[in-house]
Amino acid sequence: MHHILLKIGPAAFRIASAWRRPLDQLASLYRDYPAPDGGQVDFTVRLEPEKPWRRHIRPSVHIGGDFWLPDAAPLPLTQGLLAAEMGMNLQMALGWRRHLLLHASSVEKDGKALVMTGLSGSGKSTLSAMLAERGWRFMGDEFALLDPASGHIMPFPRLISLKNEAIAAMQKVASSDRFGPQLQGTPKGDIRHLVPPLEAITQMNAPARPALLLFPRFGHAPELRDMGQAEIFVRLTQASTNYVALGEAGFQSLTRFVEQVPARAMDYQSVDQAVELIDSLWSHLP
Amino acid sequence: MRDARPLVDALREPASVESLSGGEWTDLISIARAESLIGSLAHRIIHSKVPERIRMVLQDAVGAHDLARQQALWEADCARRALADYPGRIVLMKGTAYVAANLAAGIGRSIGDLDIMVARDDLPVVESALLEAGWEWVKPDPYDDQYYREHMHELPPLIHRERDRMIDVHHTILPLTAGPTPDAEAILQSAVRLENGLYVMAPADMALHSIAHLFADGDLAGGLRNLWDINHLLRQWSATDTQFWVHLAERARVHGLSDELARALRLASALYATPVDSSLAGRAAVTDALYIRRLLARDGYGRETRKLVRFAFYIRSHWLRMPPLMLARHLWTKWRKGGQRPE
Repeated sequence: MHHILLKIGPAAFRIASAWRRPLDQLASLYRDYPAPDGGQVDFTVRLEPEKPWRRHIRPSVHIGGDFWLPDAAPLPLTQGLLAAEMGMNLQMALGWRRHLLLHASSVEKDGKALVMTGLSGSGKSTLSAMLAERGWRFMGDEFALLDPASGHIMPFPRLISLKNEAIAAMQKVASSDRFGPQLQGTPKGDIRHLVPPLEAITQMNAPARPALLLFPRFGHAPELRDMGQAEIFVRLTQASTNYVALGEAGFQSLTRFVEQVPARAMDYQSVDQAVELIDSLWSHLP
Repeated sequence: MRDARPLVDALREPASVESLSGGEWTDLISIARAESLIGSLAHRIIHSKVPERIRMVLQDAVGAHDLARQQALWEADCARRALADYPGRIVLMKGTAYVAANLAAGIGRSIGDLDIMVARDDLPVVESALLEAGWEWVKPDPYDDQYYREHMHELPPLIHRERDRMIDVHHTILPLTAGPTPDAEAILQSAVRLENGLYVMAPADMALHSIAHLFADGDLAGGLRNLWDINHLLRQWSATDTQFWVHLAERARVHGLSDELARALRLASALYATPVDSSLAGRAAVTDALYIRRLLARDGYGRETRKLVRFAFYIRSHWLRMPPLMLARHLWTKWRKGGQRPE
């Protein structure tokens, strides 16, 4: 097996692969990230042929590693980069205990973090990528890491996973050398990875205090709505991969988060509308 | 890394990890996770001098296993309450027994299903009480169900519909078709009562169950962990009871497990430096090396290796469990049904 080591925010990974190509792509896209100190990592991800002969004939990538799911579907080798990213997600979702993991994107300004969570297609990924091109610091588009001790959000600025229409939208504002290969026909449609702005990488160890929580919803007339704390709490437990695994620490982190961070549901039809709503909320924060 | 030797070395000699390089640490962690021994390793080396990132990995493992321990005890208590009206003894087995009885073998141990043992005649009562309390069958297949009931040492697995946790209800410690026929009644008779009214096996029986599970039943999957359990049980009891070895030998004869006991003592001593009674361990067998090759069959990326050795032990596990004609019939039925590998 070939492998490379990656450090992203607080976590370090060894990505091992039976093929060179996904690793070359990772090495190129993660070129500005620092190496893990001392060469120790938290998790190993394995990209292996689904069956021995699938290494060369219609190569098919099975995602394995220190933590794995028995029913993970294999991907074609052309989507090896996606397999590596999914493998890293899986390690975090199943194995990471140092933070409460929220399936959310986050960006920072003035030391304060905006956290956005919602179902797939709500636009949380695109919004964080767009805000990052408009003066915000990108902290992550997949997981927001909530520190149980400080209540702060820790950056986890992986490659941004752009899907379908978001790809063309981002190509208008970000330089072409920041894009990975176009992956067609993935389980989530077309995917293209975007390297976060350099500031996100150099600042990837700087946490921020969560100041606003948004539940965006794309495709409806612009509107902001209040939400009850009980509903917010339940939706966040559903958005967390390790809430149960953290036991009491998870409950306390989440309770504090819900009590201290103002939250709104936000409908929008375009990025400009969303940015306008976010700016107005942000300017009225305590 | 060629095999799982680094894990065995670290468990046996915690101070040895202090000289590991970054890459060797990465291999060790992957192997330990794949062998479900990361929690045990973490507790074993937590006081050694380890790099900061590794310390955090170990702390995560300790936290994860604290939770597993709590969940296992909770699940045992759920079973206790479901069976409150059952007058017979309910004996906890394996990981849950180790933590419930506060044994060294329970420290950091990964625990999956709840395993309990009751008297064979009482199975219908226990079964219906569990169904009443929210457990349901995992395998609705009639062939599997009949197969379990006629030939196995346990009921088909049940799963709790709300908590999503499995329970295996045993009535003895080896399949009925296996060579040795352990004395289940004697195990229940001498079981030790815990404060909450549940039971665990008496020391010698508990060690022999772990040994039977490893050498007379399975294909040695998870073998390094089972052998680590055995290492702990033997160490703890031989240190506190001068008559332990005598009693263990006697009990092994009762259960027909003397050969398995000897093998376990030799392998535990070879891999984990467990102090054992050399007369019980007997002379090294040529096949011991093969067992060790199987136990260590994992590389530094956490992958299974030595496919042929693994397959040989897999076949052997079925051979041990069933007479040849029955094995052939069973495999034929399973193959025709196009199902997964036979149980």
